[in-house]
Formats: sequence, C-alpha cells, structure tokens
Amino acid sequence: MASAMLSITSPSTSASLSMHDSHKGKPHFGGSSLRFSKEKGNPFSSVRSSGRISMSLAVNISRFEGIPMAPPDPILGVSEAFRADSNEVKLNLGVGAYRTEDLQPYVLNVVKKAENLMLERGENKEYLPIEGLAAFNKATVELLLGADNPVIKQQRVATVQGLSGTGSLRLAAALIERYFPGAKVLISSPTWGNHKNIFNDARVPWSEYRYYDPKTVGLDFEGMIEDIKAAPEGSFVLLHGCAHNPTGIDPTPEQWEKIADVIQQKNHIPFFDVAYQGFASGSLDEDAASVRLFVARGMEVLVAQSYSKNLGLYAERIGAMNVVSSSPEAAARVKSQLKRLARPMYSNPPVHGARIVANVVGDPALFSEWKAEMEMMAGRIKNVRQKLFDSISSKDKSGKDWSFILKQIGMFSYTGLNKNQSDNMTNKWHVYMTKDGRISLAGLSLAKCEYLADAIIDSFHNVS
Amino acid sequence: MPIHSVASSRIVGRSSVIGARFMSSWWRSIEPAPKDPILGVTEAFLADQSPNKVNVGVGAYRDDNGRPVVLDCVREAERRIAGNEYMEYLPMGGSIKMVEESLKLAYGENSEFIKDNRIAAVQALSGTGACRLFAAFQQRFYPGSKIYLPIPTWSNHHNIWRDAGVPMKTFRYYHPETRGLDFAGLMDEIKSAPNGSFFLLHACAHNPTGVDPSEEQWREISSQFKLKGHFPFFDMAYQGFASGSTERDAKAIKIFLDDGHLVGLAQSYAKNMGLYGQRVGCLSLVCEDEKQAVSVKSQLQLLARPMYSSPPVHGARIVSTVLGDPELKKLWLKEVKVMADRIIGMRATLRECLEKRGSALSWQHITNQIGMFCYTGLTPEQVDRLTSEFHIYMTRNGRISMAGLNTGNVEYVADAIHEVTKSA
Repeated sequence: MASAMLSITSPSTSASLSMHDSHKGKPHFGGSSLRFSKEKGNPFSSVRSSGRISMSLAVNISRFEGIPMAPPDPILGVSEAFRADSNEVKLNLGVGAYRTEDLQPYVLNVVKKAENLMLERGENKEYLPIEGLAAFNKATVELLLGADNPVIKQQRVATVQGLSGTGSLRLAAALIERYFPGAKVLISSPTWGNHKNIFNDARVPWSEYRYYDPKTVGLDFEGMIEDIKAAPEGSFVLLHGCAHNPTGIDPTPEQWEKIADVIQQKNHIPFFDVAYQGFASGSLDEDAASVRLFVARGMEVLVAQSYSKNLGLYAERIGAMNVVSSSPEAAARVKSQLKRLARPMYSNPPVHGARIVANVVGDPALFSEWKAEMEMMAGRIKNVRQKLFDSISSKDKSGKDWSFILKQIGMFSYTGLNKNQSDNMTNKWHVYMTKDGRISLAGLSLAKCEYLADAIIDSFHNVS
Repeated sequence: MPIHSVASSRIVGRSSVIGARFMSSWWRSIEPAPKDPILGVTEAFLADQSPNKVNVGVGAYRDDNGRPVVLDCVREAERRIAGNEYMEYLPMGGSIKMVEESLKLAYGENSEFIKDNRIAAVQALSGTGACRLFAAFQQRFYPGSKIYLPIPTWSNHHNIWRDAGVPMKTFRYYHPETRGLDFAGLMDEIKSAPNGSFFLLHACAHNPTGVDPSEEQWREISSQFKLKGHFPFFDMAYQGFASGSTERDAKAIKIFLDDGHLVGLAQSYAKNMGLYGQRVGCLSLVCEDEKQAVSVKSQLQLLARPMYSSPPVHGARIVSTVLGDPELKKLWLKEVKVMADRIIGMRATLRECLEKRGSALSWQHITNQIGMFCYTGLTPEQVDRLTSEFHIYMTRNGRISMAGLNTGNVEYVADAIHEVTKSA
C-alpha cells in the first residue's frame, strides 16, 4: 500500500500522490503511515488552524469533521417537545403564535381576501427593489406613526422592508456595527432570547438593564432608569414598544415619559422593537403611543416592526426597519446604507407578505375589518387572562397576589415560576412553556384555564 | 425640562446639554451609499422617458413582448395553495418538502447521497441568501480561510463574503481576447492556490460572462481539485435555464460528486421558476454521513435564526407544489425549455444582425456563451455611449441580459452596438 503522507502548512510543496479511486465516498485515514506534525487524535482539527493539509488521499474526508451539534432553540424547541408528547391533556404554551379558542391556528379573513384579490389580479413576481415594496413601506410607516405625522410629511423617516422583526433588527444591528463601532446596545433583563443572538452574530456589544422585578412580578422601574443612566453616553436602548416579550409588563405612559427623559439626558438612541402593534390593547394607535411619544419629542429613533402576529403572517416574514432622522437628507443617506447592508444578505425582500399588508392597510374596508379582527384576537387574550386569574384566585388560598396576570399585557405572561417549577409544569402536568416561566396565553383556551390554574398552583407551592 | 425642537441644526458634534436641545443628527457620519451597479441600472432605466429605451441590465426573464412572465405551472400552484394553509412559522431550516425536491433536482432523483441522508440542507433566501449563509458558516468554522472568486463574477459575491467577514482572493477565468475561458490560467490558479482552499464555481451559465467550461474541462478541474484538496462551492442560479435541460445544467456537479468531492451548493428558483421576488432557494452541503449532516444542518439553522429566524413560506410552497406534482413538474420543464430556447434564439439573431451590418469584429462569442448573460466585450466608455445616445441600459462591464432582447428591439440594439464599436 502506498503510504499516505500528508504534509502540513507548506503550500508550495504538496506531496504528490496517486489517487486511490477505491476509496470513493468513504472517509479514509489510512493506517499508521499517516503523519501529522502536531496534533494527535483527530487529524482534521489541524485543518482549522493551518488550513494547509494536503488532502491528496483524503478527498472524501469532510471539512465538517469537527462541527458539533447545535443546541435546540430554547423557544422553538418547546413546540418540538410538545409534538412528541402523546398525553391527551397536553397544552402548548410555548411559542407566541395565536390560537383560536379551539386551539387552532388562525388565518385572518382579511388576509384570505387580500390573497384572493392578488390571485385575481395575477400580479407578476419580479424582484422588489432592495428597500422593498413601496406601497408596503408607505403603509407601514403610516401605521406606526400615524398617517398625518409631521415627520412623514417632512420625509424624515428611512423605511426599508425587512424579514419580519428578526430581519429588521439584524439590519439595524449591522448598521450600528458599521457606523457606531464600539457603541453598545442596552437590552432589558429579560428580553426575547433571539435579541442576544442577533447582536452577537452582528458583533455588536450589549449589556442588560434591569427590567423584571421577581418580587412584584412587575417592572423594576428604578433599576431600569438607573441602568440606562449608568450606560456610556450614546448607547442604543432597545425598548419593546408594547406587550413586552417575555414578561408582558409594559411601562405606564408616565413611566415612558421618564424613560424618554433619561434617554435624552444621556444622548442615547432609542431603538424600539414593535412586534405586537394592535395585539396588546386591541388598538393600533394605543399600542404605538410609546414610539409616537419619543418621535414627538424630536428624537431620532430606530423602530423594527413585525406583521407576524398582528396579521398572522408569521411564515411570510414581513416587517420593516424605520429610522426617524433629523432631516430628509439624513434619512436618505441612512436608507441608502440600509440597502447596502441588505444586498449581501438577501438582495431584496420577499414580495408576498408585503403585498398582503399593502392590500389590507390600503383598502379602507379591509383595514376596518382588520381592526375588528385584531380587537377580537386581543379580546380573546384578555378574556383568557381574566378566566385564568379568576380560576387561580378561587383555588389558591395562600393569599398570594396573582393580579399580575391581569396587569400584564399581550400574548405572554411571566408567571414567576422558576426553572424547576416550569419543569414540573411540563413533566407532571404536560404544560409546555419556556424555562424562564413564560407562558403564551395565545395558546390557552377558556376551557383549559381551570387545568392550568391547578398546574400553576401546584408548581408554585409544591416545587422549589 | 426637555426642550422640544423638530428642526435640525448643523451643529458640529453631539451636544451634551442636559435637556436635549435637538441637535445634529446621529447619522452625520453616514455617507450616501453608491448605487448598486446592477439594480441601479433598472432604476435609471425606469427614469428614462425615451420610447426606444431598452433594458438589458438585470437578469430577469422577459418574453418576446418584453414582458415579465409568470409561468403557468406557478399560477396553477398558487391557485391550489391560496387560502388553504396556515401561515405558521416554518422550521428554521425551512420547508422540508421544498428542500427534498430541491435536492432531487440538483443531485438526481436516485442520488445515493440523498438515500443515505448525507446532505445537510436548508431553505435559503434565494441564491443570495444561500451564499450568505454558507459564507457565515465558513467564517465561523474555518476562520482565517479565504474564498476564491472567479474574475469576473456576479458583483454581489464580493459583497456577500466581505460582509460575512471572509477575505477574498480571485482566480483567472475569463479570457478577454477570445471572449472565452482562460482554461490554462484557471488550472494554473487552482494548482498554485494553497491546498484546501475554498473555491466558488458557477455550475452553469456563468454570470456575467456566459462562458462555461466544457465537460472535459470540468473533469480536469475536478481532478485538480482532488489533488489539491480544495473545497468546491457551486452557485447554481440557472439550472434548466442555460441549456434547456435541468440534467445537463447540473452536469458539473455530478462530475465532482462522482469524483468523490463533498460539494457545497447554492440553488435559486428566481430565474428558472420565475420566482424572483419570492426569494426562494436552497443551501446544501454534502457530508460524510447522516450524523454529520444533522450536526451541520443544526449549525446552519443557528446562523439563520439571528438573520431572519425562519425563511418565507410562499415561494417555498410554490416550489414544492410544482416539483411535487408529476404533471406540474412536466409542465415546468417544458416552460423552462421555452425560456432557454428563446434566449438561445436571440443569441443567434443578435450575432446575425451584427455580422450583417458588416462589423469587422468577431461576434462568435455571442453564440458560444450560454445562459442569460452575454459578455459583449464592450468597454465602459462604449457602454456609456449606448446608454446616453441610444437609451440602452446595461452594466458597465459590458454584460447584456439576453432576456431583455426580443424580435422588436434586437435590430435596434445591434445597430447601436455596431455604431459604438465600429471605430474600435
């Protein structure tokens, strides 16, 4: 057998070997005649450090030898586990996707209508411009800020269609990395898990500001203000516009004013993630109040939007990145750079979801109908909160204050259950939720509230 | 108390006055970005009022009337899926069905790699997204490695690997004198690159030149790759669209697979299924075994999650409906061939027109090249003249999109090209 000598690190002197065709398709390490200069064990760990292994023999050995299995996503992995459970009473309160009272997914009527209109019109499927569908961009910024907002008239908003909330946030992160090197993003503790991934992968440093107070199961407002004040001037402060994910705890209007004050004092940049406009209170305008407050003060603001929940367009990946600037000229420059970042990510965004939104928002009849459907969805969540609260209150005699269930808003509720207690929810009661104690009320029906109440009371009192 | 002020003022630097008097923008340092060289052409075209204007810039197919086309198989697929299905999030790896069908299309229905579950594959945001995901993957698991890009290549390839943080080197590819392949130069570069380098190869219908290696040349390239242990990453944006046959257009990949290479592949349905704006494609990496494929796929998903969480469903549903139904798939193959044939016909016509006008230059390359694009050999100055004098829009590297030509405008374009080149 010809010995297989592999030389390392010398690009110009690769050993020339004859090919061994018989080893087609199989990884081949040869025998002891293989020699590697430094590493024992897995020879291909040295590929990563030197990249210079002569692979004459080893064509079929994969580059991916050393690649480990990634951990399951903490949120999306919950649904996977739920699906695998065969128990009848199981309940999925994991991912934030709206369910009807029958716990079925829901396609909004206005969406079906819009799609039929689109089908009838037989529109083409040409590339959108990099910044997305113009009709969508117009509709989305008007929805966010109000159609007669002066900043729109003054053309001070750079709006770019993005891949739902995630993609829009990622674009902004890339902008920050490129134009504000070293600037930090302050994120709430806790926040949506993927926020950290986004800033990590975009190489933007982040730190946390206090937000959730486990003692009150409410907002640690003083801690929040303190931490925002303590951050280096010119930091980006990531704020949830409404229906904070995962806690469901929102600042009051008075608290929003104070938050704006301290952000202005410290020359920070407010960065809103608006994933639930309309879904929190049931009113589109009310849910945008925080963003509008900041804009009305003349601040420059970043705002990421998503239509995953409020139009049920989850899988269409439709959202937007908005940058409210001090001048139309600044807005134009910012928009051009957002486009430059998007081009090497995906060239231009997907058209289908954008068209749906533009059709729904652009047609007065459909728009009204949408508002009604959203009130219905938000209403169902509120009813479920009430029923859950009533059930727990009547069953639990310990005197614990459960009113946070009613005070929190939106799809999620931070129950205050710790990891062990959350595990108990799953292992004993087949209630699937995330380990941080978050439940998605969108996955809860009135019919299951009693059962859930029992599960929560048991987990809270009997498990530590 | 905060002072409210909406008007901006051009105060240098950031004021730190408490009370936030509204000052100059945060975005002062942000310069206007240059127009994208390709997509900017269409913008300019749209702004032109001339009745004679011709857009041979971006590579989007047009029929003989110059109109965009939605394939019949696609319309039918949309009818079937409209309003029927929920829009719940796809898994991070995208539509499983669409990915399955894509692998069959690229690797062959009876591919052993598919049977053995050895391919790590995820749905991607068309070709761009597939390339970007791979570039990010390369950066994470082979930090310090470079990507070798052909000269020339689609300009966005440079942007993609750069923004992913992977340094780039180039290799000789196009031979300007012959307007063909610089095969000797290409082989030279493959040999002299450090062993184990990552190369980007266009599987068929090279963009922007339209110059592809012959089958024999592909075999030699593959052998040399083996000797050097290079990693072949194929960008296949035109399967079916180049020759009219999906099998033939994937031949290069098959040659490499038969040789034992573990390839990487970016697929796009933008052109061959006309799904441009839907952003649907697939990234696949052939692994040693199933276990490894599962690991690699999990890591691709981990990269996708902070980019866009999960890919868009609509285009993927169209693809899986079309490819999953034998009748629709047959119809699709027919429609792709129609598109490819029209392009091939236009190449012949353009060349004929130029030769008829007595051009002294050789225009053989127009019919030698394949796919949507033709590298005319025009200089940037000549291109500028075509635009300013004749309202013909193309990229400054001399690339024309044959899809923008039709029986209605091909003579006009031939005249114009002859006009700007006759003194060359």
